[in-house]
Amino acid sequence: MTATLENTSATTSGARSEMGEVPSFQVTLRVQRYLPPDDAAPAEQEVGGDAPGDARWDEFTLTMYGTDRVLDALHKVKWEHDGSLTFRRSCAHGVCGSDAMRINGRNRLACKTLLKDLDLSKPIVVEPIKGLPVLKDLVVDMEPFFASYREIMPFLVTSGQEPTKERLQSSEQRARFDDTTKCILCAACTTSCPVFWTDGQYFGPAAIVNAHRFIFDSRDEGGAQRLEILNDKEGVWRCRTTFNCTDACPRGIEVTKAIQEVKRAMITRAF
Amino acid sequence: MTVIADPKAPRIPRSGPGRRSTRGNTELYAWVFMRVSGVLLLVLIFAHLISNLVVGEGVSQIDFAFVAGKWATPFWQVWDLTMLWLAMIHGTNGMRTIINDYAEKDRTRLVLKSALYLAFAVVVVLGTLVIFTFDPCPVGAPADLLPSFCSDI
Repeated sequence: MTATLENTSATTSGARSEMGEVPSFQVTLRVQRYLPPDDAAPAEQEVGGDAPGDARWDEFTLTMYGTDRVLDALHKVKWEHDGSLTFRRSCAHGVCGSDAMRINGRNRLACKTLLKDLDLSKPIVVEPIKGLPVLKDLVVDMEPFFASYREIMPFLVTSGQEPTKERLQSSEQRARFDDTTKCILCAACTTSCPVFWTDGQYFGPAAIVNAHRFIFDSRDEGGAQRLEILNDKEGVWRCRTTFNCTDACPRGIEVTKAIQEVKRAMITRAF
Repeated sequence: MTVIADPKAPRIPRSGPGRRSTRGNTELYAWVFMRVSGVLLLVLIFAHLISNLVVGEGVSQIDFAFVAGKWATPFWQVWDLTMLWLAMIHGTNGMRTIINDYAEKDRTRLVLKSALYLAFAVVVVLGTLVIFTFDPCPVGAPADLLPSFCSDI
């Protein structure tokens, strides 16, 4: 019994000393910076188009720890190296969806990407998300994205008398659209879509996901209207099922599946 | 910085050309057509390949007389006609979506699509004409240009 106690105390103290040693390493961060357009040549930045002349690359070498995320590295740059670096973040814990960016060529949330999970032998390339106009550094104009979102009517549509109690729903009915309720509107999916990159006219996966959330909600009565809106030349039929959106989603929403379900609902409605 | 509007507010019109609303079932029917014709084409093309290249004497049997013999029967005429039309509409629609995806300027789209539809029209009209008006032994043609079996008739 004594031996057991001794053993336990030995392991806990051992574990504590191990826990204290968070490994540190050198990280090179390669960040795309915004160059304001010259006064002589007025900006002709197209929505959805890359503007190679309007960017430069800055490299920062930092000492980071095993528990740090890309967002921590960006904070370190902004707070200790270059205060002019601009990026969005609010909650910093993967809930608000402010800090979606292109890290090593993939759309992710900077606050959910651990540095130790990336290839640290090469610089970590950080760019703004593609397909939306860059305002500064890693900040893009989200308005075209939210315009598509508003267009699909992301609110409950009902008719008749308001019930005096809450609108009831079975757990099966709730499960039908559970996956698409997880969306945080970070735009990682829409800006990973090659069809959206072309001309920015496509509604984009995020708008369709949020339409899906209401179309398959048993309490909602605006489904037909939403299907009508998405039955557009720039609606669900432009989806080429490349699955970029599903790969990009930081919430693990099966985005392409949701788009296919909206397509299927339209087809069963039409035939 | 852009002010984020109330979600229920009417949409602010976009700068630039904006999205032209094109509600209608055209894209839906085009999408369904691609799936249905794709399945049909699998059957049509593989039966075509097997009957031409595998059954009987195989590849070596294909010559002018073989094709003439096939188009003498209404069955293969209808088969080839269906295959021609489905493949051309399927392929043209696929090319149309690729042009929509990759051409950014309206003018580029117009030029590419005009060329595409012209090619479609030429192939379909010519192909249909050949399938229905094909005559292996036209009357009055010089005998040395005709296949040997024409003299037997």
